[in-house]
Amino acid sequence: MGIDFKPDKPIYQQIMDLISSEIIRGKRCPGDRLTSVRDYAVEIGVNANTIQRVYQELERIGIVESRRGQGTFITENHNRLHQLREEMKQQYIQSFVSDMQSLGFSLREMIEGIHQYTKKGDDDDQA
Amino acid sequence: MIKLEEVHKKYWVYPAIKDITLSLEIGRIFGIIGENGSGKSTLLRLMAGLLKPTKGVITINGEVASRQTRKHVAYLSDQDYYFPYFTIEELIQYYHSQFSDFDSIKAKSIIDFLSLEPTAKIGHLSKGNRGRVKMVMTLSRNAPFLILDEPFSGLDPMVRKSILQGLIQFVDLSRQSVILTTHELKEVESVLDVAIVLKEGKLMGRKPVEQIREEQKMSILEWMENLYQEERESMKA
Repeated sequence: MGIDFKPDKPIYQQIMDLISSEIIRGKRCPGDRLTSVRDYAVEIGVNANTIQRVYQELERIGIVESRRGQGTFITENHNRLHQLREEMKQQYIQSFVSDMQSLGFSLREMIEGIHQYTKKGDDDDQA
Repeated sequence: MIKLEEVHKKYWVYPAIKDITLSLEIGRIFGIIGENGSGKSTLLRLMAGLLKPTKGVITINGEVASRQTRKHVAYLSDQDYYFPYFTIEELIQYYHSQFSDFDSIKAKSIIDFLSLEPTAKIGHLSKGNRGRVKMVMTLSRNAPFLILDEPFSGLDPMVRKSILQGLIQFVDLSRQSVILTTHELKEVESVLDVAIVLKEGKLMGRKPVEQIREEQKMSILEWMENLYQEERESMKA
C-alpha cells in the first residue's frame, strides 16, 4: 500500500506503467513470476479486479505470459522487452518535448539544455 | 443481484430516499458516497432488509428484501454493538451459532492477518481493534453481499489501512460483492470498482471508477463535487 495514483489516468494503466518500469530498471527479470493477483492487490492497496485486468492487459501486449496452473511470468522474449524499453523512452521524450513546447522552448534550447545539464552532472561526478 | 425499483423511504413525513432505481451485481466493490444526510445509511439498511421501503420494491437474488433475505447479506453497522464480556474467540463461536454461512476457519485467518489476540475481551479492546473485530465478523460470512456502513470512520490511518487490506485479501469477488459507505474517499478510491453518488436521498450518478478517470480525468471526489454543482445550477435555472 502507499502508491499515490494520479486521478486523471485509470489505475490499471498506472500499475502497468509501474511494472513495465520495474522490468526496464532490472528490478524484475525475464522469466520472473509475478505475485498472485490477490497478494499483489493487498500489497499495493487496490481491488483484485484491477490487478486481474493489469495482468490480462500485460499479457495481451506480450509483456507477460500466463502458464496454466503455475501463474504469470515476465516474458523471456528479449525483443519484446527491448521494444518495451524503446516505447517507454519515446513516451518520456514525447511528454518532455510537449511540456517544453507548451512553455515556448525551441528544440535547440531543449537539446542545449540537456547537454548542459548532463555535462554539469559529469563535472559533479568527477569532483 | 440486489435490485431496487423506484424505492422511496420516509421517516414519518421526512423523505430519506427518493425514487431510487439501481442494480448491484456480484463481483464488484461499490462505494456509496455523498454528504451527511444524503441517505447512504438508509439505503444500506434497506438493502440489508433492516428497513422496509415506503414505496417501491427491493429484491435480493429474486427474493423481496426482508428479515428472511438477511441470509444473503452480511451487514456491518456503523454502531459499536459487541458484547463487551465476550472474548474474540467466544464472539466467533456465537456468530457461528447464529449464521449458518459463518466460516470459523476464515475468521481465524482474518484474526491472524489483522494481528488480533483471540483471547482478548471485546470490552478491553481499543477502538481500532473493535473496528477490526467488526470487520472480521462480517468478512467471515460467506454471504453474497457484504454491506459495510462506514467501516473506517473514527479509526486512525494505520487501522484503516489494515482493515482495507483485510477486505482486499478476504473478499471473494468471484461470488461476492461489497457495498460500503465512506467519507475516506482518497484512501478507498483505489479499492472501489463503482462509485454511486447520493444527494438528499436521490441517486445522482453511478459509474465505474476507472471510467471516471478515463473519460473525465477526475477522482471520484471531484466527480461527486461536479455532480453536486450541476444539481445546484439546475435548481437555480
